[in-house]
Amino acid sequence: MASLSIRKVRKVYPNGAEVLKGIDLEIADGEFLILVGGSGCGKSTLLNMIAGLEPVTDGEVLIGGKVVNHVPPKSRDIAMVFQSYALYPTMTVRENISFGLGIRKVPKGEQKAIVERVAETLQMTHLLDRKPAMLSGGQRQRVAMGRAIARDPALFLFDEPLSNLDAKLRVEMRAEIKLLHQRLGSTIVYVTHDQIEAMTLGDKIAVMKDGVVQQFGSPQDIYDNPANLFVAGFIGSPSMNFLRGRLTADGFALEHGGRTAMLPLPPALAPLAAAGRDVILGIRPEHITDADSARAGASSASYHPTELECTIEMTEPTGPDTLVFALFNGVRATCRTHPRSAALPGRPMTLAFDLSKAVLFDPVTEQRISQDH
Amino acid sequence: MAAKLTFGRAALYLLLALCALYYLMPLYVMLVTSFKSLDEIRAGNLLGLPAAPSAAAWAKAWAGACTGAQCDGLAPYFWNSVKMAIPAVLISTAIGSINGYVLAHWRFRGSEIVFTALMVGCFIPFQVVILPMARLLGMAEMANTTAGLAFVHIVYGLAFTTMFFRNYYVTVPEELIKAARIDGAGFFLIYRKIIFPLSLPIFMVCFIWQFTQIWNDFLFGVVFGGSDAQPVTVALNNLVNTSTGVKEYNVDMAAAIIAALPTLVLYLVAGKYFVRGLTAGAVKG
Amino acid sequence: MPSLSTLADRWLPRLVLSPTIVASLLFVYGFIALTGFLSLTESRLMPNYEYAGFGQYAELFDLERWWTAAANLGIFGALFVLFCLALGLLLAIFLDQKIRLEGALRAIYLYPIALSFIVTGAAWKWILNPGLGLEHMVRGWGFPDFTFDWLINPDMAIYTVVIAGVWQSSGFVMALFLAGLRGIDDSIIKAAQVDGASLPTIYRRIVIPSLRPVFFSVFLILAHIAIKSFDLVMALTAGGPGTSSTVPAVFMYQYAFSRGQLGLGAASAMMMLATIMAVLVPMMYLETKGTRHGR
Repeated sequence: MASLSIRKVRKVYPNGAEVLKGIDLEIADGEFLILVGGSGCGKSTLLNMIAGLEPVTDGEVLIGGKVVNHVPPKSRDIAMVFQSYALYPTMTVRENISFGLGIRKVPKGEQKAIVERVAETLQMTHLLDRKPAMLSGGQRQRVAMGRAIARDPALFLFDEPLSNLDAKLRVEMRAEIKLLHQRLGSTIVYVTHDQIEAMTLGDKIAVMKDGVVQQFGSPQDIYDNPANLFVAGFIGSPSMNFLRGRLTADGFALEHGGRTAMLPLPPALAPLAAAGRDVILGIRPEHITDADSARAGASSASYHPTELECTIEMTEPTGPDTLVFALFNGVRATCRTHPRSAALPGRPMTLAFDLSKAVLFDPVTEQRISQDH
Repeated sequence: MAAKLTFGRAALYLLLALCALYYLMPLYVMLVTSFKSLDEIRAGNLLGLPAAPSAAAWAKAWAGACTGAQCDGLAPYFWNSVKMAIPAVLISTAIGSINGYVLAHWRFRGSEIVFTALMVGCFIPFQVVILPMARLLGMAEMANTTAGLAFVHIVYGLAFTTMFFRNYYVTVPEELIKAARIDGAGFFLIYRKIIFPLSLPIFMVCFIWQFTQIWNDFLFGVVFGGSDAQPVTVALNNLVNTSTGVKEYNVDMAAAIIAALPTLVLYLVAGKYFVRGLTAGAVKG
Repeated sequence: MPSLSTLADRWLPRLVLSPTIVASLLFVYGFIALTGFLSLTESRLMPNYEYAGFGQYAELFDLERWWTAAANLGIFGALFVLFCLALGLLLAIFLDQKIRLEGALRAIYLYPIALSFIVTGAAWKWILNPGLGLEHMVRGWGFPDFTFDWLINPDMAIYTVVIAGVWQSSGFVMALFLAGLRGIDDSIIKAAQVDGASLPTIYRRIVIPSLRPVFFSVFLILAHIAIKSFDLVMALTAGGPGTSSTVPAVFMYQYAFSRGQLGLGAASAMMMLATIMAVLVPMMYLETKGTRHGR
């Protein structure tokens, strides 16, 4: 087990493209780090550099306190699980798992013991003599993990391992990976584009865009206090609503159906109200809900959600809630309501706006407006 | 969807059958002529079956016909071809395989240029290299030897074999190589334990394609083979085109079939690899 | 300091590829340069390094035999490519119609490609033998005036090469077109059928245009075979009767090796190279242009 430090790491390709523009990340021994972002943000490149599969242009990568920039992959004490599983097609499962052990000259007896232990942990003892072509997607993924576990490395690297699985299998495997982390206590770096995986699996999340870490922190922290518009919109599903409008001493101007209503700011945000300032109000769907649910969940005595009569454009029943869509400030906002309280499309209903968890963004810089601004 | 036997389809089948006859006709004629006696050939007609089939022409073609100055039949030159072709095929394929592996998975700065330069080499007319090559072989005392001929075929076969393997290895996912590197395998171990076991189909294609090209070659054979090391194609041409004495058409045809037999049998047995070689090599070209 | 295995992984690929790179530089590009150099010297039977400028080329273009060869190449090349394309495409389309015995038919159309051009030449030389071959047989069928003496007719000899060449190579063209046809998305055809298009129209407006890349490849390969044609001509006509069916490849061989005119032979070889490049370069440019503009 080891810690991982990434200091001022840059990656520039020979053709001049600067894919990583200065990454600084520190995770402690045993932590689960998620690198999440859209395609092209540089997360896979960073993972490859941690693995030693790609050279570092600038900066340092430290595993367990040692600089590993020039250490080849096989000597970094790492294991990697790939999106396409990358199982050796001409070898059986047993041979796939013991391939790396053989290269390290682990004695045959020990190899056998390790393979059997790993197979039992992942419940694939009955698959040991099969070849990859005879396995299902989920089984192949398990073999790929087994190969990594057999190495008993200081650092586990996962490169979008669940992307090729169907939705149901993805949920199952997610749980298995989480259990594995709890059981082995290993340090993990996990790359994904799926923000649900990021939120459910990670101890720390690094949200990346355009080769830069947009925000680094715990899942809840990033969810509640996104640093900028990109992070706010990326994490959370359905995504956060962004309403552009004017902020005055009376609160946020909400326009709906031709009429304007004022939403007073909660105590936390009130100091930020400068007269006549243009802002983007970020408010999550679960904070625009039906009046009954809002009253039932009222937490603070000093602030109550503002209730407004709104006309519903469209509804999407999901089972536990019904998502209700309405036009505010020219934007179709998603609101999470109780199925029984949701009105029919075109009909009015009372929606309660709870701004206590809302976030304000500067429309120009797209950064969150906090006390220091 | 089963097609009904309409007039259109009947006409289609008829056309296809006629075309089949067109392609089979020369082979049939060769066979039939080789079993006839000279009198029968002169008297009878091209497509007629032999009245009294005799294998005399075959025996003569193999062991007694005159190919220029020698009258030992095709046999010695058939073996020349074997001695020349087999090493050439094996070596050019082996080198092509490793080259293809490098170009597919171990790219470095300039490797794409190397690949393109190699490909362009596929297209040159060999007339433009045979003069210096003849000089080189002469200086190396390999002129008119089987080894020299094999060498030439290896050198000029590398472009094709490399291309076959590179196009095939490119379909092996990069992640497989990455996983092996993390497991600790180096350049040669990855080839031996991962790439090579996957390569059976492309080895078949390459062997068959290369053998056919090399066995059927005439230009290199006639320029670099001299009289002792000449391959069977050159001997056949000498046999068929000698103007001394009476033309023995049955011997000519028997000789042609003998020369064609190895590649023809290879085609019949492993034809699908032939087609794969065509589409893999040509369409990518 | 990078480890030994990192260094190995960095240099082994280059090391392994280098023999081939050296061989290619030397035996392909180097030799082309040498031949080019030779074509600029006064060499006759032995190489002679006296500079002759373009004298050999001037002499080349003065020779009637060279122009015969060039003209023959033009005739043979054009007809060979045309008939192979037409026959190959037609057979491919026919075979694409869900024919029973498709495999057997395909094998029959394609087998000539397994033969050496020498074998093909020998076979057709016999078939077209005036007096004992085709001519004799048709006369025997009751057409006493039928003549087919193209093989010994100076004006028609080159056309016999076309016949034999097309027989040998059209199956290969068919195989390539068939592969191309099989690669066409079925749903596009179905959409056209729903739109009401008839089968010939579908072939004309949808199928054949989408075979464009195959046309390019096939054309290139056929042109290449035609320009290099040596074996077939040697076996079938030996360039004769006289020199009426000679082609540049035969010309080059005769002048360089039989007639002891190395400089002239080299010049003719360079001309062959120039011809192939003249066909190759525009074709490749056209093809990459097509791909870049998206199809």
